[in-house]
Amino acid sequence: MTARYAAMFHRLRQRGEGAFGAFVMLGDPDLETSARILDLLVDADADMIEVGIPFSDPVADGPTIQAAAERALSQGVTPSQCFTVLAAFRRRHPEVPVGILTYANIVSAPGRDAFYRAAAEAGVDSVLVADVPEMEAAPFVASAIGSGIAPVLIAAPNTPRRALARIARMGRGYTYCVARSGVTGAERAMELDHGALLGALAELGAPPAVLGFGISTPDHVRDALGAGAAGVISGSAIVKLVESGDLPAVSAFVGEMKAATRA
Amino acid sequence: MRLDGRFGAFGGAYVPEILMPALEQLEVAFLDAQEDEAFAAELGALLATYAGRPTPLTLCRNLGTDKARIYLKREDLLHGGAHKTNQVLGQALLARRMGKTRLIAETGAGQHGVATALAGALFGLETRIYMGAHDVERQKLNVFRMELMGAEVVPVESGQRGLKDAINEALRDWTASFADTHYLLGTVAGPHPFPLMVREYQRVIGREARAQILAAEGRLPDVAIAAVGGGSNAIGLFADFVDDEGVRLVGVEAAGKGLDGGEHGATLLRGRPGILHGSETYVLQDEHGQISESWSVSAGLDYPAVGPEHAFLKDSGRADYVGVTDREALDAFALLARSEGIICAFESAHALAHALKVADQVTEETIFVVNLSGRGDKDMEQAQRLLGALA
Repeated sequence: MTARYAAMFHRLRQRGEGAFGAFVMLGDPDLETSARILDLLVDADADMIEVGIPFSDPVADGPTIQAAAERALSQGVTPSQCFTVLAAFRRRHPEVPVGILTYANIVSAPGRDAFYRAAAEAGVDSVLVADVPEMEAAPFVASAIGSGIAPVLIAAPNTPRRALARIARMGRGYTYCVARSGVTGAERAMELDHGALLGALAELGAPPAVLGFGISTPDHVRDALGAGAAGVISGSAIVKLVESGDLPAVSAFVGEMKAATRA
Repeated sequence: MRLDGRFGAFGGAYVPEILMPALEQLEVAFLDAQEDEAFAAELGALLATYAGRPTPLTLCRNLGTDKARIYLKREDLLHGGAHKTNQVLGQALLARRMGKTRLIAETGAGQHGVATALAGALFGLETRIYMGAHDVERQKLNVFRMELMGAEVVPVESGQRGLKDAINEALRDWTASFADTHYLLGTVAGPHPFPLMVREYQRVIGREARAQILAAEGRLPDVAIAAVGGGSNAIGLFADFVDDEGVRLVGVEAAGKGLDGGEHGATLLRGRPGILHGSETYVLQDEHGQISESWSVSAGLDYPAVGPEHAFLKDSGRADYVGVTDREALDAFALLARSEGIICAFESAHALAHALKVADQVTEETIFVVNLSGRGDKDMEQAQRLLGALA
């Protein structure tokens, strides 16, 4: 469940590096290209892979990722097709941690247990549900852990301390920290003070903090790691490049962002 | 949160973590205001002197039969043109209490947008209304009304370009703006505390109707009927009758072009439990959990989810839910105009259509209370087009 994340964070710590996580939407522009892009992300030195399973009503996402989900859904991409892509990826890359980012209705539609079991069978390490806050997390966490999936929870700079304590206790794998208010997207830079959040999570013994939302330049990477994050996730910036169809640019971007974790 | 926001298995607060402090702040403000006599007095005065409460309970003179007496709760006469104003005034007072300077809201038919716009003007709050681009086209008059009162109307082009997508966009706005902005959600859906709070501010409908029918008939009604999209006018009517076991509660969903096709908004009749817009409730969705497109001639009923308390009332058996098609609603709309001289909203025509259907079949004396939730001005253009053949 957390072995691949633990091994990755351990390895990076010894090298004095932060983790670079790359996010793409599965099925954007189509499933075959998605599979190729996942390989390309690993080849470009991404440490961890995060994939979206598209949902029709992604309220936590900005226009870039919304459009990616719409492109995938317009091709009729289903969660089980996504699991097939991920299972094949796992056979090619036995060590790379893979996490799913999706929404509550996608997880609950087949039944929570069935969803997490399918994810585990596909070799997925973690699942983050963007619209399940700590208050509603307990049944999702129980179901995930019961299936061998690490439940990744979100912490924000405005999350009260008592909720952070429960997030620290319930979460596994890593803690997804929101670097700023608003939805996902490369359009706006980091703005909230995440230094205090990272400190509090460390004190509470939470899984390693990985910063997401608005991570689109090497400077953002250095800022996040400098503030104490164990890693970063970049999503919209990569999805935008995928949308342009320029896959070499995806490789170049990932390589540049990863290099910034070695500062 | 002080409360878990559940109605049986339904409800809750399924939103990105970053919104939770905003919901907690709202819950605290709402619960504190419920205990505050000064707040209740100010809201009561606004409802009476600005919005025009109490609204009458009108006995139909020409509709109904010698056995079936149909009373209309006249929310169409409320300032703003629909029941929406009741709860908007409550939430606007809360926004002021929380020190927020900006309102955002979603709207379907435009009635909630109009109500929010009037509250924005009244309290001097910057107001932005998200409205599906498809609804902007079919409810042009309401768009103009909102703009006239100083609100900015933002057409939403994503997804199905309807109410569902307008809510998505308002939620997205709020995740960035909660520090100075109140999301004035328009119905009993969404995350806790909205379903509870909106019910409490709409409860005045049923409270008045109950007293008025007791005064008129000396007894409680046999049936209380209201249309259900998100479900706020129905919850408002039902709330004070829920404990009256003898009163049958009936919610009328949009059967659109027929319940057996895909073009309807009958979430409780044809959906299954899921999670949308912050709430665990019945949802129209495909087998994979993607939200389905809904349809109704009435923009206000064109929504693929429903307030979680309705899900609970359905599963507990306390309320019954039925469907009325576009055609049946239009017939009732025209009949009410001709028979009683009242032009109601398409939404309300769904409730009336069901009442008329049942009234024709009763064999014993039966008293109906139908919530006439809004007036029909906004639907004139569509009505002209759809009923042109009748003219």
